[in-house]
Amino acid sequence: MTAIPLLARRQTPLGGMRNTFTLTWRSVLKIRTNMEDVIGLSLQPIMFLVLFTYVFGGAIAHGSTHAYLQYELPGLLVMTVAFATLGTGLMLNQDITSGVFDRFRSLPIARWAPLAGAVMGDMVRYLISVVITIGFGMVLGFRVTTNPVSAVAGCLLLLAFALALCWISALIGMLVKTPQGVQAFGFIAFFPLVFGSNLLAPTATMPGWLQAFVKVNPMTLLTNAERGLFTGGSVASPAVQSLLWALGIFIVFAPLAARVYRRRT
Amino acid sequence: MRYDSTSGHAIEATGLVKRFGKTTALDGVDLVARQGRVLGVLGPNGAGKTTAVRILATLLRPDGGQATVCGYDVLRDAHQVRQLIGLTGQYASVDEGLSGTNNLIMIGRLLGMPRADARARAAELLARFDLTDAAARAAKTYSGGMRRRLDLAASLVGRPRVLYLDEPTTGLDPRSRTDVWGMVRGLVADGVTVLLTTQYLDEADQLAHDIVVIDHGKVVATGTPDELKAKTGGQVLQVSPADPARMAEVTALMAGLIKVEVATDAETGVATAPVNDAAIMPHIFRELDDRGIELAEFTLRKASLDEVFFALTGHRTEDERNDRELEGSRR
Repeated sequence: MTAIPLLARRQTPLGGMRNTFTLTWRSVLKIRTNMEDVIGLSLQPIMFLVLFTYVFGGAIAHGSTHAYLQYELPGLLVMTVAFATLGTGLMLNQDITSGVFDRFRSLPIARWAPLAGAVMGDMVRYLISVVITIGFGMVLGFRVTTNPVSAVAGCLLLLAFALALCWISALIGMLVKTPQGVQAFGFIAFFPLVFGSNLLAPTATMPGWLQAFVKVNPMTLLTNAERGLFTGGSVASPAVQSLLWALGIFIVFAPLAARVYRRRT
Repeated sequence: MRYDSTSGHAIEATGLVKRFGKTTALDGVDLVARQGRVLGVLGPNGAGKTTAVRILATLLRPDGGQATVCGYDVLRDAHQVRQLIGLTGQYASVDEGLSGTNNLIMIGRLLGMPRADARARAAELLARFDLTDAAARAAKTYSGGMRRRLDLAASLVGRPRVLYLDEPTTGLDPRSRTDVWGMVRGLVADGVTVLLTTQYLDEADQLAHDIVVIDHGKVVATGTPDELKAKTGGQVLQVSPADPARMAEVTALMAGLIKVEVATDAETGVATAPVNDAAIMPHIFRELDDRGIELAEFTLRKASLDEVFFALTGHRTEDERNDRELEGSRR
């Protein structure tokens, strides 16, 4: 047997980045090969748009579905992205139960790369759902009444928020044993957040106790910021508050998820 | 430069202990794999085989004991160990959503190969494992045997010095099993050290140079297949009366003379008993003849590993299916 050459003691940060890029590439490839996921990603926002616009539009915005579309679309963007982050937990769960993560961990790569790669790859999925929501919204008559730069800023803010939110989903994905469990717990965690906000209806129409929750809900703040960026209104305060929320969620949940990841895998 | 030329051991583990809650999966396991040889880790489901492999592959921290791979400690030098090993799990851990080619390219890239090298290595391995025709298809469309071959290919991308095969043929049809055996022999010929866990005794018999028998988290025997067979009785007397009706008579006679429990198989009409002293053979033969029992078969043969295992542990290898859940729930 020949001598074993001197081996590296640990992965370099640059090597870790390269590992993350490879695993991001993997996640993106999987989007392309998994048609069900693509269909789900595209059909869900289209379905939401059609249903909410024409079911609630007449009732909420004094009979004008167009006015309601202008009102709800920024909210639906928030909703679509929030639900899309559930997919992150689902995929992590599958990777762990299928043994794919075992293989990754038996390789001389950075320990955090599989987690970071999964999250980075999902940013592409979030972007797809954002683009489809805006695109189909425009087909239905939605118009950006601010300017293209603001609209792009709106998309970036959504992605930044999603980057934080997906760590909650990642944590659920690693704590729960089965993919079905991830879906169930994910919806329980996300439904009150998503619907207990002003993304579909004005806060003023709700009872006082609910208003108290809706006003502090980060989804409301994010929706306000998105409305400001796409259709006009105050931007600075809700945008800063949403970013602070995103930062807070990230600071709490990313290390928690990383910790469970180290323990579980 | 660090290597273990004195002992020639690719894997050395001493006193490995691992507990899951109240259950002790490993209770002080010692094992040694010689460089360039196949170490068979034999035991029923739930014996602790997978737990041992996961510790040696740096996936699990032991609660006690220590282990080295080519002189590197699995805890302290985990990153180095990962540069030396390849792992093929009990459940094929390929990425179902990726094609065969992309699965292997991904591993190559993760190991730091330039894109072109990773692509070339993937094509080479796919050809070697007879997967070229399916290379562009998603792994989820593969059959069980193909998936296992892809998994094995994935563990070889980085040309490991030490390869862990955790029940590589469980659930495979006989042809695929023989294929995997052939591949293992080829790897050993290339100088790779293989640690193979199995619950199939014939598999250990076919492939392993050394065998460790584990049961309930403890090593119950070690040695070469031949040593193990010799250690436990060594030989087996097999007697079959021409008239099945006289089976009970034969059994009683054998039990009386050899003073061990005689196993009878009603279906084949064969009585078997371990024999330590071959000198008893003429004795038995004469007694049978005196009573006028005509014989269809009277043979002395080497004990199979199955019988060795039974002698060592008191139960057959296929027992305790539900113990799988202990290890399974920890994945």
